[in-house]
Amino acid sequence: MTQVPSSNGGVEQAAEWLMRRQPAAPAAYCPVDRPAKMRIEDFGAAFDGTEVLRRLNLEICACERLAIIGPASGGKTTFLRSLNRLNDLNPGFSKTGRILLDGKDIYDRAMDVAVLRRRVGMVYAVPIPLPWTIYENIAYGPRMAGVAGRGRLDAIVEGALKSAFLWDEVKDRLADLATNLSGGQQQRMCVARVLALEPEVLLLDEPCSGLDPISTAKIEDALLELKSKYSIVLVTNNTKQAARASDRTAFFLMGELVEVGPTSQVFTNPTHHRTADYITGHFG
Amino acid sequence: MKEKAIHVVLMLLAFSAIAALAVITAFIFKEGVPIIAKVGIKDFIFSSDWYPLEGQFGIFPMIVGSLAVTAGAMVLGVVLGLACAVVLTQFCPQGMVAVIKPSVELLAGIPSVVYGFLGVVILVPLIRDYLGGPGLSVLASSIVLGVMALPTITSISVDAFQAVPRSYREGSIALGATEWQTTHRVILKAARSGIVAAIILGMGRAIGETMAVIMVAGNTLDVPHSLLDPVRTLTSNIALEMGYSAGDHRQALFATGVILFVIIMILNSIALTVSRRRVRKGAAR
Amino acid sequence: MRIPPAVTQRAAVGLMWALTILTLGVLLFIIAFILANGLPHVTWTFLSTSPESMGRAGGVLPMIVGSLWVAGLAVLISAPVGVATAVYLTEYTREGRLTAVIRFGADCLAGIPSIIFGLFGFVFFTITLGLGFSILSGALTLAIMVLPTIIRTSEEAIRAVPKSYRDVSYGLGSTRWQLVTRVVLRSALPGISTGVVLSVGRSISETAAVMLTAGSALGFPHSVFQSSRTLALHFYVLSREGLSMPNAYATASILIIAILLINLSAYALMRRFVAKVV
Repeated sequence: MTQVPSSNGGVEQAAEWLMRRQPAAPAAYCPVDRPAKMRIEDFGAAFDGTEVLRRLNLEICACERLAIIGPASGGKTTFLRSLNRLNDLNPGFSKTGRILLDGKDIYDRAMDVAVLRRRVGMVYAVPIPLPWTIYENIAYGPRMAGVAGRGRLDAIVEGALKSAFLWDEVKDRLADLATNLSGGQQQRMCVARVLALEPEVLLLDEPCSGLDPISTAKIEDALLELKSKYSIVLVTNNTKQAARASDRTAFFLMGELVEVGPTSQVFTNPTHHRTADYITGHFG
Repeated sequence: MKEKAIHVVLMLLAFSAIAALAVITAFIFKEGVPIIAKVGIKDFIFSSDWYPLEGQFGIFPMIVGSLAVTAGAMVLGVVLGLACAVVLTQFCPQGMVAVIKPSVELLAGIPSVVYGFLGVVILVPLIRDYLGGPGLSVLASSIVLGVMALPTITSISVDAFQAVPRSYREGSIALGATEWQTTHRVILKAARSGIVAAIILGMGRAIGETMAVIMVAGNTLDVPHSLLDPVRTLTSNIALEMGYSAGDHRQALFATGVILFVIIMILNSIALTVSRRRVRKGAAR
Repeated sequence: MRIPPAVTQRAAVGLMWALTILTLGVLLFIIAFILANGLPHVTWTFLSTSPESMGRAGGVLPMIVGSLWVAGLAVLISAPVGVATAVYLTEYTREGRLTAVIRFGADCLAGIPSIIFGLFGFVFFTITLGLGFSILSGALTLAIMVLPTIIRTSEEAIRAVPKSYRDVSYGLGSTRWQLVTRVVLRSALPGISTGVVLSVGRSISETAAVMLTAGSALGFPHSVFQSSRTLALHFYVLSREGLSMPNAYATASILIIAILLINLSAYALMRRFVAKVV
């Protein structure tokens, strides 16, 4: 924080006021050199009238890894599922504000939800392989989008599995049931399944919560690699993972965005004491 | 656009069940009600004179017959059906469930004519020889229908038993009750409305059964006075005479169908109300 | 005098088991009795020839064909409608007044006795629509009769498909219809098939309704607009009119074996479904 000259009462008051209000409406914009991919404006969400997210303002930049941390039931997953309108599946869902993808409101009537979900892909907390072969799992999304032809699909499947660092392990058993893969492999297959759609934004909802450290490391490696092509939003309960595997970190608490900034800054010098409490484990 | 069209088509198809019900009701009533009006509802239901050729249509004996065989069937069906359900859900090891459950379902799959046939070749002679009478009787019909209604009673009661929370059972056993005390004081009580629904639907099955009853009931037109008397039911009246009926006679058979339909609908509504109440109670828990 | 609980327990459990075993005994007896008396008469000639002198001699080929036609056609008509209803109830609408009405319709339909279906089919399909006593009339009547079974089993099978599959499919940009056809129905297929197979069984067993709609012509059916006697009805006529006991037993054996096979395959399908989904 800037040093406030003590002589000037007016400035002091203004500064205090600023400090107090800053956490409620943080300036949460991208570093200037990167264009915003998604822009969340005054976004709020509720289920059956119960508010889950409040007046959220945030930008997701192109080619960055944004980590979202915070205690449970802080609205992280709801936020993530709002970004590709998966919350629409819940009949009690309602929202306020806007979410823009490349400047267009994703909740606009003109937005084709299926296309949106291909552009903004999602990986879930537990791997959910559909009960088919590995190949069919990966090819499912492209097929839904109308891609046909064995040759094209083969290429897409191979490319996606390579991007998720899984190709070498499964290239000889693409016709095996995906459910027979190990947990870590299943989760990387789920990443590959999303990558097969060549999304622009990749959402990951605690993707490593059920995995061992080695599998976790593999996924984190993949994320680093993928960052050059995609915007990545990673919800995680593991603060260490956020510190390792993100460029910026946002801290969510009880439906509000408390602060967001470069990961190194959030972890070493957080603006808000609640962030500090959470990171250091003093959270009650 | 395509999605919208699919939605509409599916919705229309989904209404086919209720539409079929409406059309069935309409046609049965359209064919049957005029003759009831002509004869008079009181005479139609309470007269014992069924002489179609002379234009006398009284179905009282058949109503009594249907009720008598159904009541008899329930005695057997409820005892056996509930016993199977209790054994299946309370006392039976998993391995045995895999044998008993499909067997009871198979019992439901056996054609009703086969039941009727066995009734004729085995049950009827036994009754005639040991108990007297013509053998074709209320008793024979009740036994055959009881076995036929049993699978319905068992499968719906099994659902009701399984809806009772495990904790009830464990709680009761933990308090020192024996398995049987638990079953009969806790589980049967908690599943009561489900069992009532099961029995009522079993009654519907018994009262609506046709071919098996025709074969073993004797089909005389008198009101039965004992279990060993032959009897004619509403359903067999329709099936027996439909083939050669015409004009008022045919309409009177449809009218018999109307009465049967009304009885079944009343039973169905009771069963639906009872089981719905159970669902609501379950949700509140 | 108070009977100790332990004694009641043993007596009651014993009684329950005795009654259950009695029930199973009845089933076994039925099957064994029919097969023992009937199987010796089930010869290739019996299966492959037409009946002579009203069924006193000859075989049952036209009845087998007639049964297959009626049952097959009934299920062919009913299955798409029933599955569509189940899909609509589970995937396209929320629980409310509308679903309550549809369910009420299906529940009531399930309770209607087959003789009423027969009456209705007779007046509606054979007379009003002018289809006459025919395989088609019988099949349409049975299609309505088995509709509730197909709706119910399909709905249960669809509901058993994990909800997370829906998230995944939508997340990968599928439309609702793509989700239904490529994920939900594919996973629910064994469960749905169980209902369809059981409906075939019910159609083959049915007598009262087909008697009043498909008629009882003895000839070999060459089109769906012809009347055809089904196996169950033939068995009824044979035994009721005392035409030929050996042929009656043989026909019943064929019916019993068909039902056994149908129930076994339904059971196998169900097991596969449970193993796959749960």
